[in-house]
Amino acid sequence: MDLAALTIDAARSAIQERKTTAAALAEAHYVRIQKEDGQIGAFLTLSKERALEQADRIDRMAADGKPLPPLAGVPVGIKDVLSTRGVRTTAGSKILDKYIPPYDSTAVARMEAAGAVVLGKMNCDEFAMGSSNENSAYHPVRNPRDLNRVPGGSSGGSAAAVAADMAVVTLGSDTGGSIRQPASFCGIVGLMPTYGRVSRYGLIAFASSLDHIGPLAKTVKDAAIVLRTIAGRDPMDSTSAEVAVPDYVTELDKPVRGLKLGMAKEYFGEGLGDEVRQAVETAIDRLKQLGCEIIPVSLPHTPYAIPTYYLIATAEASSNLARYDGVRYSHRARGVKTLSEMYRRSRDEGFGAEVKRRIMLGTYALSAGYYDAYYLKAQKVRTLLTRDFDEAFQKVDAIVTPTSPTAAFRLGEKSNDPLAMYLADIYTVTADLAGIPGISIPCGQTSEKLPIGLQILGKHFDEATILRIAHAYEQAA
Amino acid sequence: MKVTEKDVEYVADLANLDLTPEERAGMLRDLNSILDYVDRLSELDTSNVPPMAQVSDHYSVDQGKQGSERFAYASREDILEGLRKSLPHEEALANAPDADDNFFRVPKVIER
Repeated sequence: MDLAALTIDAARSAIQERKTTAAALAEAHYVRIQKEDGQIGAFLTLSKERALEQADRIDRMAADGKPLPPLAGVPVGIKDVLSTRGVRTTAGSKILDKYIPPYDSTAVARMEAAGAVVLGKMNCDEFAMGSSNENSAYHPVRNPRDLNRVPGGSSGGSAAAVAADMAVVTLGSDTGGSIRQPASFCGIVGLMPTYGRVSRYGLIAFASSLDHIGPLAKTVKDAAIVLRTIAGRDPMDSTSAEVAVPDYVTELDKPVRGLKLGMAKEYFGEGLGDEVRQAVETAIDRLKQLGCEIIPVSLPHTPYAIPTYYLIATAEASSNLARYDGVRYSHRARGVKTLSEMYRRSRDEGFGAEVKRRIMLGTYALSAGYYDAYYLKAQKVRTLLTRDFDEAFQKVDAIVTPTSPTAAFRLGEKSNDPLAMYLADIYTVTADLAGIPGISIPCGQTSEKLPIGLQILGKHFDEATILRIAHAYEQAA
Repeated sequence: MKVTEKDVEYVADLANLDLTPEERAGMLRDLNSILDYVDRLSELDTSNVPPMAQVSDHYSVDQGKQGSERFAYASREDILEGLRKSLPHEEALANAPDADDNFFRVPKVIER
């Protein structure tokens, strides 16, 4: 069985047509994980029992000739920030080393209701804070395309697993670019839906107004199938939107001729690597050949996006991470005598350096005397950034940009300079701040054979259009 | 704005983090470097710009609605046995000495 060629439809039809079984598919992936993951480090926990039980269920349906659900037997990985009932969930942190959630996230529940087989939990930067997966408290993840390089982050494990055929599709989360950037570094598809499109119930929160859940996949169609499965109003998440879920899959083949694509000059300026620029411009040219109209636009507040993001995200994180106090479910320090000592030592022992840094920054930004200058100011600039997009989308249907200024960098290259690491998010954070959807698709490689990603940004709840454009490019490439 | 050692101590206290002396030194360096960069936000005139705390305010909350209607999007059907339906907004506010259509009004709670 050629795991590399396996997509959602291929897996499902092979099972429906009795060419293989869900159990065999799961086993094949576990064999591959056994062989490859020692070097890559994509998985933190394997959930064999759960996987084989689900596979069994699907196989019985197939044997009875029953029609199979859309993700029947498809082996998937779940980023370790998404709660899975009975399966250890760490958020990439030592503070949750032994945490076993008593409930499933909605996104996971919907995947499994559609027949998906959860192989295990994917490694990630601790509490989703990072752009390289080097902040995982367990071990870093290596890029399957070059083991000396990072897969990107924070959904590094999710991206690497798909790129190395250790899963057909994975779920990741994106707060500042954490689905799109690793997808770009690993040469696969990564989709961040509109804020509120997918329920965050069960997602271990980093920044509640910026967190998004989305798929990492081998093809645009697979991303569309997963989105259709997990999207939609959830009463358990009051920020999930009451917006109907279109059939993203049937929308894919609609023609792109006549669509207006914006090229924002702020995304093609200084700091963009030459080879990346070339690949992205060539890709945009291809879209022009397919009949899209390329229109210059401006998103003038883009240079202020990173400071805005790092104030809002860290402020929200400082609040969200206050719950890890050693009381109910997290690591508790030994030999403590007072409650206060328990809180402080448990947190200091359980959190990694980057997490502590962000908690400190966020607490500072919210503290008395600084709230107005930092947090409130950032919220106002967030409005300006969102207005930039609102205005641009009056003229265009989607905006095309590079996903990242560079291809995958080396392990250790940026880990000593937090600010340099933050600046790598420059093209992705804007979408999180405005809540608009974005997709990254492969559009070539560097001279060192490292993947380059093209990003397509869309209007709120217009995933159908960005998927359509991405699909058209993928089919033509 | 320059972060001092005292600031680091104070903030670590608020965040319930027991930092070691090395961590405190590193934090001082990192915070200063990041805040230095973040200071460029002051270049922007935001005197007439409303703050945006939540993206979904943009499309979920109808600011034109009041009371229970305004927050209807956030309510859910009772899914557990034995739970009674919540008190409607208007009834909950009816006894308040000071309220608008949506909230109870009290003196400032957060010192800024």
